[in-house]
Amino acid sequence: MRFVCLGCLDVEAWNALSSEEQNKRVEACMAYDDELLAGGHFVGGEALKDVSQAVTLRMKNGEVQVVDGPYAETKELLGGILILEARDLNHAIALMSKHPGVSMGPFEIRPANEEFMEMMAARGHAFFRQMQEKKMSDSSSSERLTHV
Amino acid sequence: MSEVRQLVETLYVRESRRVFASLVRLLGDFDSAEEAMHEAFAAAVEKWETEGVPANPRAWLVSAGRFKRIDAIRRSARFDSSKADILRRQDGLQPDEKELDVGRLEDDTLRLIFTCCHPSLNESTQVALTLREVCGLTTEEVARAFLTTPPTIAQRIVRGKSKIRSANIPYEIPSVDELPERIEAVLSVIYLVFNEGYSASSGDAVTRSDLTGEAIRLGRVLMELLDDSEVAGLTALMLLHDSRKAARVDMDGELILLEDQDRSLWHRDAIQEGRQLVAKAMASGSVGLYTIQAAISLAHAEAENSSSTNWERIVSLYDLLLTAGENPVIELNRAVALAMRDGPEVGLTVINTILADGHLKDYHLAHAAKADLLRRLGQKREAKTSYLQALELAQLEPEKRFLKRRLQEVS
Repeated sequence: MRFVCLGCLDVEAWNALSSEEQNKRVEACMAYDDELLAGGHFVGGEALKDVSQAVTLRMKNGEVQVVDGPYAETKELLGGILILEARDLNHAIALMSKHPGVSMGPFEIRPANEEFMEMMAARGHAFFRQMQEKKMSDSSSSERLTHV
Repeated sequence: MSEVRQLVETLYVRESRRVFASLVRLLGDFDSAEEAMHEAFAAAVEKWETEGVPANPRAWLVSAGRFKRIDAIRRSARFDSSKADILRRQDGLQPDEKELDVGRLEDDTLRLIFTCCHPSLNESTQVALTLREVCGLTTEEVARAFLTTPPTIAQRIVRGKSKIRSANIPYEIPSVDELPERIEAVLSVIYLVFNEGYSASSGDAVTRSDLTGEAIRLGRVLMELLDDSEVAGLTALMLLHDSRKAARVDMDGELILLEDQDRSLWHRDAIQEGRQLVAKAMASGSVGLYTIQAAISLAHAEAENSSSTNWERIVSLYDLLLTAGENPVIELNRAVALAMRDGPEVGLTVINTILADGHLKDYHLAHAAKADLLRRLGQKREAKTSYLQALELAQLEPEKRFLKRRLQEVS
């Protein structure tokens, strides 16, 4: 199964760290991502830049408005996403519990909507078809041998 | 697909949970063992292609999984000092040929079962852990089978595992003096899983009936590993109940009572296997409650129809069950058998006494049984009253529909 992990960052706590400590944490995250990759669990992911670089689109009175950054004033902001291949929800939990990123803010684990992907693939959408083919070649015919 | 890959896949289906069970012993942790097990199978596809298939694939997989995981821990220890401790512990545990001994590996499955069914875990946790860790079902499959959401089951499993760690539940087969009680707990988990699938009244019928299959499989695994008459008794009981699967519901999914079932639909092989297991368990000298229930089920399975059933034997088996202690539900079942042996009036008198005691006054089947005897005696008005009472108390939709049909017949 595919899961999308949304990793939040406690911005205040993060900014309070020395740059040396910050580098160490980033290093640890990258090392663990490597381990996930080696195990066939890391399907993709992106670290996100600071929210000061972001805009939010919102429909207002039938028109798209562009405003600065995420709208809500929250302490914990999305810091990165990781796409994970795991046997089931508990496997995803076990894998992500060891991710050093969890110490920097809460992680949300959401199962990918695979029916949606199949639907898009069936409509001939090239990207989703590729994703699905990749998934087929990733996993063997016995579903549980996910990353052989 | 290459031959090796095909072989690994077959082995995965048959052996992966056993390999996992051994890795839990060697690595001391469920999550590490799960990861190590997957890595071992991945390594097998690669290595066996060039190096050939080892003489003892299971031992190879266990050993490979252990090495892979220790390697991974060693790599990450550079970033996480807490891992250094784990490494030191592992280094003390040099791979010993004895640890990969066939007998020890067999015992690991038992260790895993006893750990998942440990009495300090509550029943719903025992069930979820057993299905996922021993049977290899996914969290999502367990959730579907129990009509709940994956996060609910996932949390149950996470908490169960953390309880196993925090309470230091040992990964071992209980000592001889503890064994009977601990086997009892395991059997009760298996029977719970079976009943959940067997009495499935809603939800995805296919997934739910998979539970009966998993329960029977667990019974068989346990029989291979433990010489215990009740393990055989429970497995027989499940096989005999399950043998009627095709005859229990009609095309519209409506319940069909035992006496009305088309017995040619009963699964003969399952009955035959059940018969042998009952005989074996009965001959063991220590006959337990599951075995007696299996013997009752067998008496039904061996009869061509309801009237040629050996009710004499069934009544005496219920008597035997009651020697273990008072149990109004068993008394009710005995009363039904008694009615078949000696006539509805006799059964009715006994049921009236049970109901008068008050034990089963909220149990829909007591009222349904009473209603049925009254119906047979032609006392339609009284039968109607009892059917209405049963209907009010029944929870499951197919049972309610059945009672409504009967109600119409006597109205």
